[in-house]
Amino acid sequence: MRFGVLRFPGTCDEVDAQLACERVGEATILWHGDRDLQGVDAVVVPGGFSYGDYLRVGAIARFAPIMESVIQFAREGGPVLGICNGFQVLCEAGLLPGALLPNRTLRFVCRQVDLVVEHADTVFTNACEQGERLSIPAKHTTGCWYAPHELHERVEANGQVLLRYAPGENFNGSLADVAGVRNEAGNVFGLMPHPEHAVDPLTGSVDGLKLFQSIANHVGAHV
Amino acid sequence: MSRRVRVLVRPKAGILDPQGQAVERALPALGFEGVANVHVGRLIELDVEDASRVGEMCEKLLANPLIEDYEIVEA
Repeated sequence: MRFGVLRFPGTCDEVDAQLACERVGEATILWHGDRDLQGVDAVVVPGGFSYGDYLRVGAIARFAPIMESVIQFAREGGPVLGICNGFQVLCEAGLLPGALLPNRTLRFVCRQVDLVVEHADTVFTNACEQGERLSIPAKHTTGCWYAPHELHERVEANGQVLLRYAPGENFNGSLADVAGVRNEAGNVFGLMPHPEHAVDPLTGSVDGLKLFQSIANHVGAHV
Repeated sequence: MSRRVRVLVRPKAGILDPQGQAVERALPALGFEGVANVHVGRLIELDVEDASRVGEMCEKLLANPLIEDYEIVEA
């Protein structure tokens, strides 16, 4: 299978994302100004500071030419993973519920966090066990997930929260400890922590690889 | 002829506003007592030919209606 990893001006984690994808398949970098997804099987919207995060995080990137194709791809059921800034972009694009607010502390935080897998029967977590803890680094200033009450209730009722910060690990103030959330259809998922930085024992954890492996499993089962 | 328009963007009521809280805590430290309900938002100024379209601009780009309220003020 082949992943497409987006690159906006200001993206900085696309190479790690590409390397992570290449551990379970092939990967191609897709430029923000193009519209052609080159027939990839899954799209990764990586972390960074797309378009300088001007106005609001992710607000400008959602209108990039490539995003029109990504939105179409998502509507057709294609798997889309948003990491950190990519999560913010997907929320702004309306592909994922909620929004990301500044961390409660207003500080940039870079640390390893423990996450709990809430549901393991999904496109993005099928290589995990339900209730399993994943150790993955997070690094952001604007990662406090928020949704208005009714939307949050719906997201919970639908089982769309796939990852939560483990008890005591919610450093950014996210509502209900939400670290990663999927869309209703289940083919789009975003999280603030960076699984692509946790794919090699050299950096302390390989837990992040499970998310990429899950996507590869899903695509492999549906070819 | 274009018109000058100001768009005021504020965090929605009830939404965590750590910037506002930080400013609110800083003011008494400088001797400014009696300050409450501080909120920090954004001011966007623009010259537009058709001011009737600014609302649409706010909905699509200038504000995120999920977390922000906006107010359009014609200068």
